[in-house]
Amino acid sequence: MFGYYLDLAVHSLRRNKVLTALMVLAIAVGIGASMTTLTVVHLLSGDPLPGRSHTIFYPQVDASPKGKDSDEPLDMLDYRSAVDLWSARRADRQALLVQSQVRLNTADAGKPAVMTMMLSATTDFFTMFDVPFRYGGPWSEQDDASRARLAVISDDLNQKLFAGGNSVGRTLRLRDSDVRIVGVLKPWRPSPQFYAVRGGRFAAGDTSDFYARPEDVITPFFTGLDINDGNFQQFTCWHMPARPGHLQDAPCVWVALWVQIKDAAQVAAYRRFVADYAAQQQAIGRFTHAGNTRLRDLMGWLDFNGVLPGNVRLQAWLAVAFLVICLVNMVGLLLAKFLRRSGEIGLRRALGASRAAVFAQYMVESGLIGLIGGAFGWLLTLVGLWLIRQQPVAYADLVRLDVPMFLLTFVAAIGASLLAGMLPAVRACRVVPAWQLKTL
Amino acid sequence: MTNFAPILSALRRHRLATALIAMEIALACAVLCNACFLIAEQLRLLHITSGVDESSLAVISLDCDGCKGADLNARVTAALRAVPGVESVAVVNAVPFAQPAGYAGISLDREHFIAVPHFYAGGPGSVETLGLQRVSGRAFQADDFQIAENWLPLNTSVWITRAFAERLWPGQDPLGKEFWSDKYHFRVVGVMAHLTPPDPGGGHGDSGGEWSVFVPVIPGESLHGVYAVRASPAALSRVLRDARDVVQKAAPEAVLDLQQSRTVPELRADFYRQTRVMVGMLAGVIVALLLVTALGIVGLASFWVQQRRKQIGIRRAMGATRGDILHYFQAENFLIVSAGIGIGMVMTFALNLVLMKFYEVPRLPAYYLPLGALVLWGLGQLSVLAPALRAASVPPVVATRSV
Repeated sequence: MFGYYLDLAVHSLRRNKVLTALMVLAIAVGIGASMTTLTVVHLLSGDPLPGRSHTIFYPQVDASPKGKDSDEPLDMLDYRSAVDLWSARRADRQALLVQSQVRLNTADAGKPAVMTMMLSATTDFFTMFDVPFRYGGPWSEQDDASRARLAVISDDLNQKLFAGGNSVGRTLRLRDSDVRIVGVLKPWRPSPQFYAVRGGRFAAGDTSDFYARPEDVITPFFTGLDINDGNFQQFTCWHMPARPGHLQDAPCVWVALWVQIKDAAQVAAYRRFVADYAAQQQAIGRFTHAGNTRLRDLMGWLDFNGVLPGNVRLQAWLAVAFLVICLVNMVGLLLAKFLRRSGEIGLRRALGASRAAVFAQYMVESGLIGLIGGAFGWLLTLVGLWLIRQQPVAYADLVRLDVPMFLLTFVAAIGASLLAGMLPAVRACRVVPAWQLKTL
Repeated sequence: MTNFAPILSALRRHRLATALIAMEIALACAVLCNACFLIAEQLRLLHITSGVDESSLAVISLDCDGCKGADLNARVTAALRAVPGVESVAVVNAVPFAQPAGYAGISLDREHFIAVPHFYAGGPGSVETLGLQRVSGRAFQADDFQIAENWLPLNTSVWITRAFAERLWPGQDPLGKEFWSDKYHFRVVGVMAHLTPPDPGGGHGDSGGEWSVFVPVIPGESLHGVYAVRASPAALSRVLRDARDVVQKAAPEAVLDLQQSRTVPELRADFYRQTRVMVGMLAGVIVALLLVTALGIVGLASFWVQQRRKQIGIRRAMGATRGDILHYFQAENFLIVSAGIGIGMVMTFALNLVLMKFYEVPRLPAYYLPLGALVLWGLGQLSVLAPALRAASVPPVVATRSV
C-alpha cells in the first residue's frame, strides 16, 4: 500500500509543480535557517568534558572587603586563598591556573618574536581535564614545586615551529627565559575554553570569546609567575596594585582553582572545607565576610556565566519563529492542494477506501514533501554554516554539521511536514463522498 | 465600497483557511516589527560618533616587554614623524575601536562607586592629533601634563564627555568638579562633545554611551607602545604601511601588533563586522518572511478562486461586473489581513516584552505598529491581486455548465 501511496504522491506533486515548489521551498528555507542556528547552539552549549564534567568543581571564596555575604563572590581567587586551597590537597586533583601574555622568541626557527597567551598551571591540569598528548607528557609535581623551566606546547605551535616533528627536549625562549619542551599536545579544542570562563555576568551576552582556542604554551604555574612577572592581568582589584602586573601580594583576584572530586559523597566535605577556610580567614582578619563561598560544578559554572552568546540565542529563536511561519504557510497550501482533489477523494471513498486509507495517502504525500524539503534544507544548512565559518568570531572554526544534527535535519523536516499535513489530511478524509460524486 | 456582510458569511464557511492566513499574518507582524526594531537598534550602534578624526588617524601598537618607555617613545615618535605625509604623532594609551586600555570605577565621595568610565591617557599634542572637540572649559597647558604614578598621575586636570558629565552631575556645570578612583584624584577642566570608549556598547556605560575621561600624561613608563598617527585621509593607508616598516626598524626589540596597528576606519569596520552581519541576517529573515507569507496568500487565494468558479459565474450572470468580483476578493483579503494584524499587534508587544527581559532590548516605539500594518496590508493586496484578477476574468457562461 505504501508503495502505491508513494506513487500517487509523486504523481500529485508532479501535477502542480508550482504549488509543490512553494511548499518544498517553505520547508527548506525554514529548516535551513533553524538547523543552521540550532547547530551553532548545539555546538556551543555542549559538555566540554563529557563523562567527567560532574566531577570537576570551581571553588570560590570572597577576599574583597567590598563584597557582602549576600553578593556573589568575585569570579577568581586572590593569590593567597588560591595557593592555600590548592596546597591543602583536599580534592582528588587540583590545579591552579593563570593566563598571561608573553613574548615568544623562536630562536632556532628564525622568525620574529610574537606576543602569545601563556597558560601557567599546576600539573593536575593535564590529568584532570584529560588533555591529550602527542609526544612526551606532563611535568611532575616535583617540577611544579621546583619551578622548573619547562613547557608543554600545542599541536598548532609545534606545526609552526617544528614542522610537526617530535620537539620534546627542544627549547623555547619565553620573554628572557629558556624553557625545555617536555610535551606536545594533540589537537585539543574544548568548546567552550571552559577553564578560562569567568565574568560572563558582566559581558552583556557578548561571550563569543569564551570559545577561543587554548593557549599555545603551557608552563608550570610558579614557573610562569617567575618568568613573566609584571605581565599579569587582574580580574579585578579593590585597590591599585603597588606594582602593576605583579599580583602575588596585591589586593586583586586573578587566579583560578579547579578541583576534581570523583566521589559524589566527598563533594559536601569539600564544600565544608572551603567554607571553613573562609571562616578561618575571617577569624584572623584577612576576610571581612565568609558567608558567600561557592563550589559550582563545571556545567553549573558555565551556566552561571551564560556562556552561550546572546546573539546566537536570539538568532536561534528567530529561526524557529521563522520555521513556525513556514509551517503555518504550508498547512494552508496543503489544505488547498488536498481539498482541490475532493472529487477524487469522493470517488476513492465511494469505491471502498476507508477514511484511514485516505488519511494515510495524504500523510505519505506530506512526508514526501518533507523529505524533499529536508534535502534542500540540508544544503541550505551547509551554506548557512559555511557563512558562519566566515565570521570573525572565536567559535567560527568549531562550526560544522555533526551526525546527530544531520539526522535531525531530516527528522525535523519530515516531522514538521507531517505535522503540517495532519490537519489538511483530516479535512480531506472527512469529505462526504455523495456530495463530491454529484458534482463530478 | 463593497458590502462586508456577504464576505463575512462566506468566510464563516472557511473558518480554517481564514484562521490560517490570519495566523500567518499575525506571526509575520510580530516577527517583522521586532526584527525591524532590532535592525534599527543595531544601525544606531553602527553610526556612533567616536569623537576623534577617524578618517585621518592610524594607530601603531607595540608590545615592548622590559623596554624603557621614554626611550622607546623617543625612538618611535621620531621615526614616525620622519614618514612623509605624517602631520603629527602622539603617544596615547588607546584609540576608539582599538584595544581598551583601562576601565576603572570612580566615586564622587571616595566611598561609593557610581560609574565605570574608560580612562584615555595622552601625551602632549594628543588632543590635536586625535582631533578631540572641546565644547566648554579650557585647553590643557604644559603643566597639566604630569608623570604617572603606575597608572595615571595622582592629581590631574581632565576632560570628560558631555554624556558622562550628565551622568555624574545631571543638570549642573561639571567644570571644576572632582572625582576619585582609588587614590587618584581628578578635576574636570573641560568637556568634550564626544569621545566613545574603545569598545562602545561593550557592557560599559549605557547602551553605547560615551563614558570617557581624557587624562593628560607625560609619556614614559606607564604610557608607551600605542601611537596615534595623523595624516591626510588620502595618504593614510600608505602612511600606515610606511609607519609599520619604520617602527620595526626603530624598535627591533618590540613586537609590532599587526592586528591593532591599523587605520581607525579599518579598526572601526572590524569592530562592527559582527553587527553588520547581524543586520544582514535580520534583513534576510524579513525578506524571506514577507516572501513566504505572500506566497502563502497567493496559494490559498488561488485555491478559493478555483473552488468558487461556479459561484463567481453565477454572480457574473446575475449582473455583477468584473470590478465587483475583483473588489470582493480584495475586500476579503483586507478583512483577513486586518484580523491578522489585530492579533499580530498583541503578539508583537508580547515578543518585545520577552526580548526586553532577556536581551536588553529597549521598548518598541508605538509607531512601528501602524508601519507594520501598512506593510502587511500592502503585501496582502499585492499577493491577492493576481488570483483576484483571474477570478474577475471568469466568464458568466461558467454558471450554465454542468449544473
